[in-house]
Amino acid sequence: MKYLPLTERQIAWRAAQDVSDGTYVNLGIGIPTLIANYVPEDREVIYHSENGILGMGPEPMPGEEDPDLINAGKFFVTILKGGCFFDSSLSFVMIRGGHLDLVFLGAFQVSEKGDIANWTTGDERTIPSVGGAIDLAVGCEDVRVLMRHTTKTGEPKIVKECTYPLTAKKVVKRIYTDLAVIDVTEKGMIVREIINGYDFDKLKSVTAADLILDENWKYLIVPEI
Amino acid sequence: MINKIVEDTRQAIQGIKSGDTVLIGGFGDAGVPFKLIEAILRTDVCDLTIVSNNAGTYKRGIEALLLAGKLRKIICSYPRSSGATAIVELWKNRQVVLEVIPQGTLTERIRAGGAGLGGFYTPVGVNTLIAKGKEVRVIDGKEYLLEKPIRGDIALLKANKADRYGNLVYNKSARNFNPIMATAADIVVVEVNEIVELGKLDPESIITPGIFIDRVVLGGQK
Repeated sequence: MKYLPLTERQIAWRAAQDVSDGTYVNLGIGIPTLIANYVPEDREVIYHSENGILGMGPEPMPGEEDPDLINAGKFFVTILKGGCFFDSSLSFVMIRGGHLDLVFLGAFQVSEKGDIANWTTGDERTIPSVGGAIDLAVGCEDVRVLMRHTTKTGEPKIVKECTYPLTAKKVVKRIYTDLAVIDVTEKGMIVREIINGYDFDKLKSVTAADLILDENWKYLIVPEI
Repeated sequence: MINKIVEDTRQAIQGIKSGDTVLIGGFGDAGVPFKLIEAILRTDVCDLTIVSNNAGTYKRGIEALLLAGKLRKIICSYPRSSGATAIVELWKNRQVVLEVIPQGTLTERIRAGGAGLGGFYTPVGVNTLIAKGKEVRVIDGKEYLLEKPIRGDIALLKANKADRYGNLVYNKSARNFNPIMATAADIVVVEVNEIVELGKLDPESIITPGIFIDRVVLGGQK
């Protein structure tokens, strides 16, 4: 049967449906940034940016950019009513101190125990840059990853053990990919949702970790966006 | 009479010398004291160690210092960036030493330096490359790394407004590392957009108390 892997926007849409009303959320650089566009409008969510913003809003209208108002990815943003600014130290008190409810990150690899590798491939030709990646992965109780299920060359990104240098151990709770939604639990990796036209056996063939199919698994259905 | 305001950026950075560790505020381009950095370019000091979140872009700021050959080492969290070419080249050619630190650890090490602490234990970096050579300690069943304080010989900061006592307020996300670095260097210099009369800054809203500041210089609008 024919199947269509989700686009990055669709992965973000799916993750956005899990963002509850009243939560404080940090969106990592990459696909996670798109989540803010798809959170249902009846939910009030406060976005945190590592460089010292709570209540971060969308990008400004052309001509209204303020060089002093940027996000952690250094893109122009806005601040919403009730938002505030603070220094980097307090910002990481929020992160490390476990004050954020949800953190969404991109990743190179996630292991079946929830280890995450997302800051360096260890390639000696690429300048290492860590930013807030480790603080975010370690500090929040609910770390979720958005990524493609495999690399561009088809290598599994969900693995037994990460081969890239670790960001943190045993922190990832849920993974959203272009093929499935998978929870990392004490019992192992449990597949909750799979895209239409795909099946559990195919999913296992592109995953290098043991998977358990939830007996109440559902199709991963997203809108055309 | 207390008056921390100096006439120009040359006077502002007086005392900086070769081999110094220099804390530089900012995140991306927001909150970077570009005028103070330009003043270093007009001196013959070199062999500096810079502590900052990033490593400069587009031939400005820290990147200008790199290109001028004034830096021995950069301690930062995120050197990679669009427009960051000098750091990548010099790092590849081993012409500058790079130490990459998780952002929260960087800010806390500076905070420890400013607060008179000998360091702190953090879970950030346990079981990673960051842990290399660091003491691991189990506290209440959880592993932590010992991270030591960072202090500067001089700190170069950017704020929005100052009075002659050196009380500071910032603008939006240009605050970032500046208030922390204000506490952690022997000489603390601030470039501001505006100098106001004593009493004009609301005491409830002052972010950095003037006690931490040695010199204030008007940098002109951002």
